[in-house]
Amino acid sequence: MTPTASTVDANSPLAHLTETDLGKLEREFDAIHDEVYADLGERDRRYIKAVISAQRQLAVAGRVLLLGSSRRTTWVLGTACLGMAKILENMEIGHNVMHGQWDWMNDADIHSSTWDWDTASTAEAWKHSHNYIHHTFTNIRGKDKDLGYEIMRIDPKQKWHPVYLAQPFYNVLLMALFEWGVAVHDMDIEAVRTGEKSWSEVRRDLRGISGKARAQIVKDYLGWPLISAGAFGLAQLAAGGRLPQPRTSRIGNRLRKAGGGRWTRIADVADRTLAGIERTYLATAAADATANLIRNVWAHAIIFCGHFPDQAYTFSEAETKNESRGGWYVRQLVGAANIEGSPLFHVVSGNLGYQVEHHLFPDMPSTRYSEIAPKVKDICERYQLPYNTGPFGQQWWMVHRTIARLAFPGGHPRPKPGPYRSNDERRPDASGSEAARFRARVPAESPIAGPEHESGGVEVAPPPRNQ
Amino acid sequence: MAERGATPPVPAPWRAALRAVRHLFTPLLPDDYLELINPLWTTRELRGRVERIEPEGSDAATVMIRPGFAWQGHAPGQYVRLGVLIDGRYHWRAYSLTSDPDDEDGLVSVTPKKVDKGVVSPYLVQRIRPGEVVRLGEVEGVFTLPDPLPASMLFISAGSGVTPIISMLRSLHHRRALDDVVVIHSARTERQLMFGAALRELDRRHDGMRLELRLTEHQGRITPDDLDRLCPDWREREAFCSGPGEMLDGLVEHWTEHGDPTRMHLERFQPIIGGGVGEGTGGSVRFLRSKVTVDCDGGTPILVAGEKEGLTLPFGCRIGICHTCAGTARSGTIRDLRTGDVADVTGKVIRTCVNTAEGDLEIEL
Repeated sequence: MTPTASTVDANSPLAHLTETDLGKLEREFDAIHDEVYADLGERDRRYIKAVISAQRQLAVAGRVLLLGSSRRTTWVLGTACLGMAKILENMEIGHNVMHGQWDWMNDADIHSSTWDWDTASTAEAWKHSHNYIHHTFTNIRGKDKDLGYEIMRIDPKQKWHPVYLAQPFYNVLLMALFEWGVAVHDMDIEAVRTGEKSWSEVRRDLRGISGKARAQIVKDYLGWPLISAGAFGLAQLAAGGRLPQPRTSRIGNRLRKAGGGRWTRIADVADRTLAGIERTYLATAAADATANLIRNVWAHAIIFCGHFPDQAYTFSEAETKNESRGGWYVRQLVGAANIEGSPLFHVVSGNLGYQVEHHLFPDMPSTRYSEIAPKVKDICERYQLPYNTGPFGQQWWMVHRTIARLAFPGGHPRPKPGPYRSNDERRPDASGSEAARFRARVPAESPIAGPEHESGGVEVAPPPRNQ
Repeated sequence: MAERGATPPVPAPWRAALRAVRHLFTPLLPDDYLELINPLWTTRELRGRVERIEPEGSDAATVMIRPGFAWQGHAPGQYVRLGVLIDGRYHWRAYSLTSDPDDEDGLVSVTPKKVDKGVVSPYLVQRIRPGEVVRLGEVEGVFTLPDPLPASMLFISAGSGVTPIISMLRSLHHRRALDDVVVIHSARTERQLMFGAALRELDRRHDGMRLELRLTEHQGRITPDDLDRLCPDWREREAFCSGPGEMLDGLVEHWTEHGDPTRMHLERFQPIIGGGVGEGTGGSVRFLRSKVTVDCDGGTPILVAGEKEGLTLPFGCRIGICHTCAGTARSGTIRDLRTGDVADVTGKVIRTCVNTAEGDLEIEL
C-alpha cells in the first residue's frame, strides 16, 4: 500500500488505489503528456498566433470605436470589443503563456520569461503564487492559498470564523475588482504577518503593483480618453460646430458657481468648446472601466467554477505526505472541475473549462486539452475516479451556494458525483464490453503506451519520476 | 529565455515616436501592433525576408535575405546568427555571410551546406521559400581581412569552408584589390563544388588572382607538403584558411614548423568539442532545477550530457556564440572545451554547450 494509504480519508478517491495502481496511473498520464509533446508543431503555433492576432485586432477595433464614444452604439460596440480583447489577453494568452505552455516554440516574443499581462499583478509575483504555490499544493488545506483565497471558507473542513459571515458580500466585491484581489493575494499578507516574508520583498511587490496600477490608469483612464476627446474636438472643428453636444460643460458650470457671475463669459466659451470634449472623455473612461469590469467578472466566474464546485475534493496535509507522482496526478484530477461548453466558450475562458486537464498538465498548450480530455476520462473510468465536470450554470450556482452556506458555521461535504462511488465497488473486469477489452489490450506498462522521458520547462514540478 | 535577434538600426525619430506612445499600448509595445501589418516592422529585433534561393552545388544553397531595417554591414569573413521557424519552433544557427558587404542590392546572403542529420541546414537548402521571414542576430567573428590589406594573400579552403572566403574575394573584387592572390580550394566532386562559377569568373577577370581547384575524389586531398608546388611563396603571404578541423590542424602544424604562424588566420567551423577527451577528468553535473545528476566525461559538453539523460535544457547555437544555453553555476569547476582552460565558476553564468565539468558541478538549470 502507498505510504499515504493509512492517512487518507475513507471517502477520498485515493483510498481504493494501491501503490501499483498509482504507478500505472503515473505512466498513463506521463504517456499522454509525452505523446502531445512529441506532436507539437506548426499547427499549434498557428493557433496561438491566430489568437494573439485576433486579440490585438479586437483591441484596435475597440479603441477606434471608442473614439466615437459619445454615441451610444459605438460606446456599446467599442466596450464589447475591448472587454473581449481584455478577456482573451488575460485568459487564453497571458495565463497560458506565463505557464510556459508556448516556451517550446523558442520564440522570444511568446515566452513565459518575457511575457507581461494587462492586469494588476506582476508577472513575477503571479508566476510564484499561481504556477508554483497553487499548482504544486493544489487543494491542500492550509497550503494552497487559492483555496478560498484565504478570505473565504469554501470547504466545510475549513474552520469557521465570524469574519466569514460577510463572505457573500465581499465575494461580490472580489468579483468586480478581481484583478486587484489577485494582486493583493499574490503579496501573501499572511506570510508578511508571520514574518516569513521580509519587508524588502513586500516593498518590491508594492512597487510592482503600483507600477502596473499606474500603467493601467495612464492607459485606460488618461491616455485613451484624452485621445477620444481630442478626436471629438477635431471632428467638431472640421464640422464647424455642427456635431451634437451638451448645452453646458461641467467646467463652465463649475466656473459659474464659483465666480458668482464674474466668469460668465469664460464659462460660456467653455460651454461651447468643451462640452462635447468632456463628455467624450468621460464616456471613454467609463467604457474602459466597464471593459475591465467585464473581464474581472468573467475571470472570477471561470476560476471559481474550476475549483470550488461541489465535485472538487480537498486534502489534508497528512493525506499528501510522501505523495508519489501518481498520487500527485490523482490530486490534480479530483481537485479541479471542468465546465462544459462550446469551442468558442473554451477559447474565451482560456481553455480553463478544461481545468482538470490543465491541472494535470499545466505546461501543455491549452489547445490540446480538448484532445486529451477523452483519454483522461477513459483513465477515470478504468481506475474508478471521478471526472469532475458540469455545465457553466450548474457549476456557477454550486460555487455561490457553497460561499453562501459556508459563511455560517458547520456544513457538510456535498455528495461527490462521478463514476467513483466507494472502495467497495471493484472495477469491472476486462472481459466486459468490447471497449473494455480493447483498453485491456495495451497495458499501461507496455512500452507502446508511450515513451518515458523527463518533461521540460515546467514551472510547476510534480514529484520527480521514478526511473 | 529564448534567443533573440540583433537590435535593428531604427532611425532616431521613429524610435522616439514609438517611445512617446508606448504607454497607450502597455504591457505590449506599439511594435506588437505594427507587426500585425508587417512582421519586418518590429523594432525589437532585426528580421529579414527571404528574397531568393539559389542552389550552390548539389548540397548547398545561397539564401538571399532582405533585412527589414538597414543592414549594418559586416566585415567579409564574419558570420551571422539566423533564427529560422521550422515546424513551429525557432532554431538558431550561425552561418558565414557570403554576400559582398558593399553590394548595391542590399541583400544579405548565407550559403549553408546540407548536413544530412541536421535540422536547419536541410530546411534552408531544400524547403525554405521566398517570402519567409527570418530573424537576424548579431554579426560576429574575427576571421576577417586585415586593414590595411596585405600585399599578397593566400586563401585555402575546403568544402563549405569556402563561405567566408567567397565573401572576402567578392569584397576584394569590389575594391579592385585582387592584385596578388592565390586561392586553393578543394571539393569532393565537381557537382558538390560551391561557388565554382563565381571563383572561375573572378579568376578569369583578374590577372592578379590564381585559382587552384582540386577535386579530391580523383586527385586526393591536399597535404601541407603540396603547398611548395602550388604556391611556392606561401611563406611570404598572409594566409586565410577555412575548412574541416583536420585540414586546419595540419595547416597550423605546417605553419608553426615551417613558416610564420602569425601570418596565418583561420576559421574553425566546428569548435573543437569532443576532441580532447583525454585532457579532462570530467565529473558529475547536478542540474538543480531538474533535480538530476549526470556523469559528464571530459569530452562531452554539459548540455549534451544533460540531454542524453533526457533533460530539456535551453540551447541555441551550440558552439558558444549565442549565450542561450547559459545557466548559473552554484559551485564547481569547468573546463572550456575550445581552449582547455579550467576555471572555478562558483556563482558565475556559464555556457553549457562549450564547457564540460571538471569535478563536481552544480548548475541552476
